[in-house]
Amino acid sequence: MSDSLIVSIGPHIKDKVSTKRIMWAVTLSLLPAGLAGIFIFGMNSLFVIITSIATAVITEALTLAVRKKDMGAVWDGSAVLTGLLLAYNLPPQSPLWLPMAGSFFAIAIGKQAFGGLGHNIFNPALAGRAFLMISWPLYMTTWQLPRWRADAVAGATPLALYKEGEAFVMKSSSYCDLLIGNRGGCIGEVCVIALLAGAAYLLIKKYISWHIPVTFIATVALMSWIFNGRAGLFTGDALFFTLAGGLILGAFFMATDYVTSPLSSRGKLIFGTLCGVLTFLIRKFAGYPEGVSYAILIMNAATPIIDRYTFPKWFGWRRE
Amino acid sequence: MASMRYRFQGGVHPLTFKSLASDRPIKKSFIPKRVTLPLSQHIGSPAQAVVSVGMNVKVGDLIGEPSGYISSAVHASIAGKITKIAYLPTYNQARVLSVVIEAGVDEDQDFRVVTAASDVNFLSKEELLKLIRDAGVVGLGGAAFPTDVKLSPPGNKKIDTVILNGAECEPYLTCDHRLMLEKTEGILKGLGIIVKILGVRRAYIAIENNKMSAIYAMERALKLYGHKFAEWTGLGRGWTPKLAVLNEKYPQGAEKQIIKAILNRIVPAGGLPMDVGCIANNVGTAYAIYESVYLRKPLIERAITITGSCVKEPVNTWVRTGTLLSDLKDVFGGFTKEPKKVIIGGPMMGLAQYSMDIPISKGAGGVVFLTKDEIDSNEEGVCIRCGRCVDACPIGLVPTTLMYRVKKEQFQDAKSLGIAYCYECGSCAYTCPAKIPLLDYLKFGKAKIQTV
Ligand code: SF4
Ligand code: SF4
Repeated sequence: MSDSLIVSIGPHIKDKVSTKRIMWAVTLSLLPAGLAGIFIFGMNSLFVIITSIATAVITEALTLAVRKKDMGAVWDGSAVLTGLLLAYNLPPQSPLWLPMAGSFFAIAIGKQAFGGLGHNIFNPALAGRAFLMISWPLYMTTWQLPRWRADAVAGATPLALYKEGEAFVMKSSSYCDLLIGNRGGCIGEVCVIALLAGAAYLLIKKYISWHIPVTFIATVALMSWIFNGRAGLFTGDALFFTLAGGLILGAFFMATDYVTSPLSSRGKLIFGTLCGVLTFLIRKFAGYPEGVSYAILIMNAATPIIDRYTFPKWFGWRRE
Repeated sequence: MASMRYRFQGGVHPLTFKSLASDRPIKKSFIPKRVTLPLSQHIGSPAQAVVSVGMNVKVGDLIGEPSGYISSAVHASIAGKITKIAYLPTYNQARVLSVVIEAGVDEDQDFRVVTAASDVNFLSKEELLKLIRDAGVVGLGGAAFPTDVKLSPPGNKKIDTVILNGAECEPYLTCDHRLMLEKTEGILKGLGIIVKILGVRRAYIAIENNKMSAIYAMERALKLYGHKFAEWTGLGRGWTPKLAVLNEKYPQGAEKQIIKAILNRIVPAGGLPMDVGCIANNVGTAYAIYESVYLRKPLIERAITITGSCVKEPVNTWVRTGTLLSDLKDVFGGFTKEPKKVIIGGPMMGLAQYSMDIPISKGAGGVVFLTKDEIDSNEEGVCIRCGRCVDACPIGLVPTTLMYRVKKEQFQDAKSLGIAYCYECGSCAYTCPAKIPLLDYLKFGKAKIQTV
């Protein structure tokens, strides 16, 4: 027996949680929101999701093969997750070449060109989305309302309506509608209840921490309440601005992406807060009604700096 | 028994597997046919052999005497003839000068208590320290630092609190748990001696809440013997140690973490517990102190746990120091499945062994056998920056960044990021989902900065 003993440095036992398990858990936690999206907007949403995931996985396989990397990584869940998230950020009636182009960009450029999993600076799904926004803005801003609305073919998102100064809004979209997803918007962002259920699962399993989502959402809500009211300071409808756009999806599932957000809890608090500030500024002052994804992308770029300045203090550290 | 207020940062929650052995009473020492006694079973300079090949020794005879201030004595753990003095393998250092004793036939292998203990309460601090030193007592929690040295802090360090460490946070190990159940009085007497030597007025008995039976046993004992502490410690009436029930978390048993949890004091980086007025001792050490003083018995046996899912009969048992692991097979009944890893100590900080022919020395708290399936053989992935290692590090280091620095051979950078303060608890590597052997990198980096 003695010659077959394995000798290595400890610890000799390891947590069961693996990269794969985390990626698939996040994917699982996103399923309710996707199912809700398909139910609300119809079968095209399902096709968009499938196309997006398939393109992501194929692109991942091809780039890994070209880079001569371990092909097992195709099924670590990260490519599937990127494809899924990209689809969730597309309008429901998108033509299928749109997710194809977006997913390809997300994986090939957003992820693998930077060195693959763990090395990308930007959230790949959001990079893909930004690419589509620049290339085909029209397709990316044409919205569909839920199937059961009479005017279902062309609609607008609540934030866009608000931005256009529509007399609005609480008539057509009550808070309850915003919660269940009875509104126009991207496939995966509309059903807030489903998103929150998934987020709760991730928080309970400790796959994500509260730091980024809570600061992100709280900052947007607070700033909207203070500055975004039509009747002056402190008259904004904080709840509306929290629920109406892509904030919930972005704050819980995209800003929390490990690779592109800070390492330490302190860093995460700063990251989340600044995401919130940027989201608000973009929504308020830029031409586009939604700001979540650009805010996260900008903060992705700032992550290395945040990491450097939020190095945790050593236990027992003293200034000499 | 509110335990919520005791906290320290970082840490992980591995499955404990303690139930494999936790209700097995500690077996009596099995007497091996031979023992291999390393002359260095402690931190500090090795003991100097005072015997030579061919001599006969009785149980408890001195075979190695301390060779400096930080050093410790070694005693014969069985009676017999000295057959060899040579450099032989040990569990934590390559090879150490060791004395081999082979038992004769019909020899008396019991330790005979010769001195009555009636005088104990009148012994001075110095006399107590001498008894402890002469008995070769070292820290049994793993570090094996000579106990008499630990209990003699330099005059400029004011000690006000003693912690009796019964956290036993390593998974699988249960011998401290059993000791607290079975040797409660002895442990408390040992604590009394520590308190008397250090002249402190505050003492905590710290136990994790996964050992409720030990907590109850201690509670009961404190009621029962509480009044006796007055004579044991020389402190006035009404003085008793306090019980601190800690929430289970690894590495709670580490001195700095247990001090933070109980006293909310932070031992400075690179410092010692005595810098914040505290000294912590393992419960096994307290029992050894008791034996050295009350029974004048040298440290020739210790309690260990032999366990693992492939072990036929997981046990807690006394073993004579120097017993070879391979000789203990009868005690734990062999294996139901072939073990692939043999660990001396716990699975987090213990050391994997090349062979079973190594002696159980004073610092070995247990033997854990793991099968192939239980060893995590997942390949090293890439860091996904999940931050788990950062949250797990009790010292507040950033293991992933240190790992990258070491990989890129930027050792000075690693040093300025605090790599030297890593005390190798393994929490980071345990928790990493990418299965990066962070501790391997950290150890390598630590070794490097010592040489550059
Ligand atoms: S092994 Fe070192 S770096 Fe890792 S958690 Fe423990 S102290 Fe921190
Ligand atoms: S736990 Fe592992 S994967 Fe996560 S940040 Fe640390 S090294 Fe990277």
